[in-house]
Amino acid sequence: MDFFILMLVIPLVSGALLTVVGERDWAPNLNIIASLGTFLAAVGLTAEIVANGPRFAFGEQFFIDSLNVFFVALTAFVGLTTSIFSGPYMRNEQEHGRLTRPRLRLYKSMYQLFMFTMLAALTTNNLGILWVAMEAATLTTVLLVSLYRTPARLEAAWKYFILCGVGIAQALFGTILLYFAAERVLGESGNALLWTHLIDVKAQLEPNIMALSFIFLLVGYGTKVGLAPLHNWLPDAHAEGPTPVSAVLSGLLLNVALYAILRCKVLADGAIPGDFAGKLMIGFGLFTLLVAAFFLSRQKDVKRMFAYSSIEHMGLITFAFGMGGPVANFAGLLHMTMHSLTKSAIFFAVGHATQKTGTQLMENIRGLIRINPLIGWGLMLGTLAILGMPPFGVFASEFMILTHAMKHYPWATPILLLGLGVAFAAIFGKVQPMVFGETEAKHLPHAPAITPVFLHLGIVLMLGLYIPPYLTRWFHEAARMLG
Amino acid sequence: MNAAIPFSAQLINLFAAVILLLAFAMLAQRRMLALINLFALQGFTLCLSTLVVAVTTGQSHLYYSAGLTLLLKAMVLPWILHRLVRKLNVKSEVEALINIPTTMLVGLLLVMIAFNVALPISQLSQTITRGTLGIAMAVVMLAFLMMITRQKAITQVVGFLSMENGLFLAATSATYGMPIVVELGIAVIILGVFFFQIRDQFDSLDIRHMERLKDN
Amino acid sequence: MISISGLLGQAFAILLALVLAPLLSGWVGQCRAWLQSRSAPPLLLPYYMLHKLFRKDVVLAHGASSLFRAAPFVVFGCMVLACAIIPSLSTDLPLAPAADALALVGVFGLARIFISLAAMDVGTSFGSLGGRREMLIGFLAEPALLMVIFTLAMTAQSTSVATIVETLAHRDFVIYPSLAFAGVAFTFVSLAENARVPVDNPATHLELTMIHEAMILEYSGRHLALIEWAASLKLYAYSCLGLALFFPWGIAPGDDFLALLAAIPLLVLKLAIGGAILAGIETVNAKVRIFRAPEFLGTAFMLAVLGLLVRLLLESKV
Repeated sequence: MDFFILMLVIPLVSGALLTVVGERDWAPNLNIIASLGTFLAAVGLTAEIVANGPRFAFGEQFFIDSLNVFFVALTAFVGLTTSIFSGPYMRNEQEHGRLTRPRLRLYKSMYQLFMFTMLAALTTNNLGILWVAMEAATLTTVLLVSLYRTPARLEAAWKYFILCGVGIAQALFGTILLYFAAERVLGESGNALLWTHLIDVKAQLEPNIMALSFIFLLVGYGTKVGLAPLHNWLPDAHAEGPTPVSAVLSGLLLNVALYAILRCKVLADGAIPGDFAGKLMIGFGLFTLLVAAFFLSRQKDVKRMFAYSSIEHMGLITFAFGMGGPVANFAGLLHMTMHSLTKSAIFFAVGHATQKTGTQLMENIRGLIRINPLIGWGLMLGTLAILGMPPFGVFASEFMILTHAMKHYPWATPILLLGLGVAFAAIFGKVQPMVFGETEAKHLPHAPAITPVFLHLGIVLMLGLYIPPYLTRWFHEAARMLG
Repeated sequence: MNAAIPFSAQLINLFAAVILLLAFAMLAQRRMLALINLFALQGFTLCLSTLVVAVTTGQSHLYYSAGLTLLLKAMVLPWILHRLVRKLNVKSEVEALINIPTTMLVGLLLVMIAFNVALPISQLSQTITRGTLGIAMAVVMLAFLMMITRQKAITQVVGFLSMENGLFLAATSATYGMPIVVELGIAVIILGVFFFQIRDQFDSLDIRHMERLKDN
Repeated sequence: MISISGLLGQAFAILLALVLAPLLSGWVGQCRAWLQSRSAPPLLLPYYMLHKLFRKDVVLAHGASSLFRAAPFVVFGCMVLACAIIPSLSTDLPLAPAADALALVGVFGLARIFISLAAMDVGTSFGSLGGRREMLIGFLAEPALLMVIFTLAMTAQSTSVATIVETLAHRDFVIYPSLAFAGVAFTFVSLAENARVPVDNPATHLELTMIHEAMILEYSGRHLALIEWAASLKLYAYSCLGLALFFPWGIAPGDDFLALLAAIPLLVLKLAIGGAILAGIETVNAKVRIFRAPEFLGTAFMLAVLGLLVRLLLESKV
């Protein structure tokens, strides 16, 4: 069977299956096995693409090239580790009486469906299907965020739903405008929404319509990326949702939304003279970075703080892609990878820490290193990594973005440094007492899954020291596709 | 001067204008139930407009789209909203954060912006009903304004659904039927229906109750 | 250019207005009564009223100036002129070049100013209250009416009412979406200008809410008769204007005598339907607080502007 079909079918079928059998004791294992299957299929697909080059699936509706197969691999990997992490985490939540079995069943099936929608969004060639998949991803995550059914959780879910609903509506309008532009060139056929057809005629697309379309798409999908000033849903959804959901939201969903913007940017760049799309992204990116950095220092809730950190990094990545060119695109892709891995590792560690201490307020979390040295060190190392400390991989990508900005956009450098500096001071100052210091927390009934934390951090560390040549080649090719 | 436009296109233009008129009326409306009725009427007009496009172009998928719009936007959703308003005993007066005349002035400004943006674009298009693109954009913006300035969750949902109406006006009328418009329609409507999943958790669907999550 | 038949038509139109206007008021009152399940007053009630009032003596307040006595005549004259300009039966009106649509608004404005000044002239509190309110309404209604006229004028490329009506009535059938906006705005303005329900209630004398009735409290006898007649003429003028602009079918194109004759029953029919609809609007709506009236008229203005914008977007350069 085709790796690609396998990769989409496994989460879909297991998601459906888990709605039926999700209350069984072995259901968490099924969740992990399904994620593992998806991951293996994604690895197979990656190998196939690396060996044979881009391919289509389902006629021309799906298209996999070196750009999206890279995201697919990352998504499937983080999906796997998160499912491993969520096993003991969710069992502990159940013991605490915070979640019932039906809720857990909902969680597992929605988790698999969420993976499915993200993989579909990443691999589709049809901008309409991309939109539908993004919307489906919104719906599944709304259910995941509102898992606990307390007023605050529902409020977060509502905010998320309304804001992302509006965002997704803007994106649809952008898509319609894109079709409006494409229809003139490609005619009234179904091809006018296919990316591979659009890319061939991108120079003929009407620049005015494309500019407007890109603005709507950027604002629309940008809402899901968490670009300021449309980022309001993100901290709430991260803080109030279960921690594994925070991990996949930060680590994956933001990436997928950004990927959607990148696909559209390639088209906009071809049509609009004067790097309009890039400048827009640079503006949004820098603004987001600054806003997030200054909000960071005011946070009291640990998950909120790291949610703002995600916004900050998304701003940085948007800025990098906005600069464009092979180097900046390479740095952006690398930073997306690093951020996904590091941030999900941090959320894993934070999840266990909050479970142990029973609170998300940072002032009440103390002495993690005494409760469980592995969690304490995991959080500390993850924090250092996300703050861009060498030798972790985030340092490499941030360094590349900074040097490239210095060369081509010198005026942006002080803004970048200011944002990164404020974020560093804020996060480090708050995490340090959480890790060290005195505590009297008790032990949890189920031992936490530490492996994913160190697996992620290990990869980030390795990529900081040494990027294997095939990975470099792959990144380079993806970066080149982005122009 | 206008005699060159085929009658169907004139009809579509008229329906588009009526949809905009209704969007404006919704913005000015103070009573919740009347608001829902206006929304139903908007859905009905959208259905008519889609139907005209379907008859003109002969694209069969547009008939499905029109049917779905009629069934869901003009009948089922308004009915559910009506029931919800009665069940939750929502106060009949719509509460606005900004007073209504100001909202309408802002709305007028938004319409001007939308038309201004759309005018050069629509002149590039070949479809005869290109003018409706500007109207669709205006409807989307007015609905957005309504979502921002209204406090009740139900009003926000009506605003959201009205925004969808604007999008579908663009998708069906301005572009004469996009390829996968039915699929998009279903997806969008699911999104609209989705809020009922979490609705019964609120005592009354007033977003002022939701002020716990804030950045201090 | 002025033909005999044109002059005849003009004279006939004015005569018809004078006769039909009270009848229209009576018809609206009757429809209202039916809709509200009351026993209806006779259709000819306004005529009886006028007859009665004309026979009565005039009682003037102490300190009433000549303005107070002149106002009813000025107002009545303005309304007759307005009815003469508006093409109710035929577009071939010798008086039409005297005033275009903008001047028509001015004629209405002149009448308003005189009646407000007269109301303040005597110095009673109700009079000045009514006068002030009337000016407020007029101040808001006039721009909306002007915007409606501009929208139509853009379609017809002329501000002359007769030309606009001719353009709309005697071209190939074309749907103008902007007319939907203009029509709604015009309805709003008409309701406000004629002291109809959402803004004022012509049937009550409730101190705190009345506008029109507050201004004419001090009038009696033939003065009151003229003002009442002028009020029904105003309603007739607005109805005819609305019908001519938005439902222009059947209005005679020129000096064709037969078409003119055919236009009369059609006009009566349209007025009857319009009056019934007006009664319906008045029945289903509640009177708004006076402070909401600006909002009501603001809505009318914005709709008219929207109509103009829609006209620019959809109907230009096609």
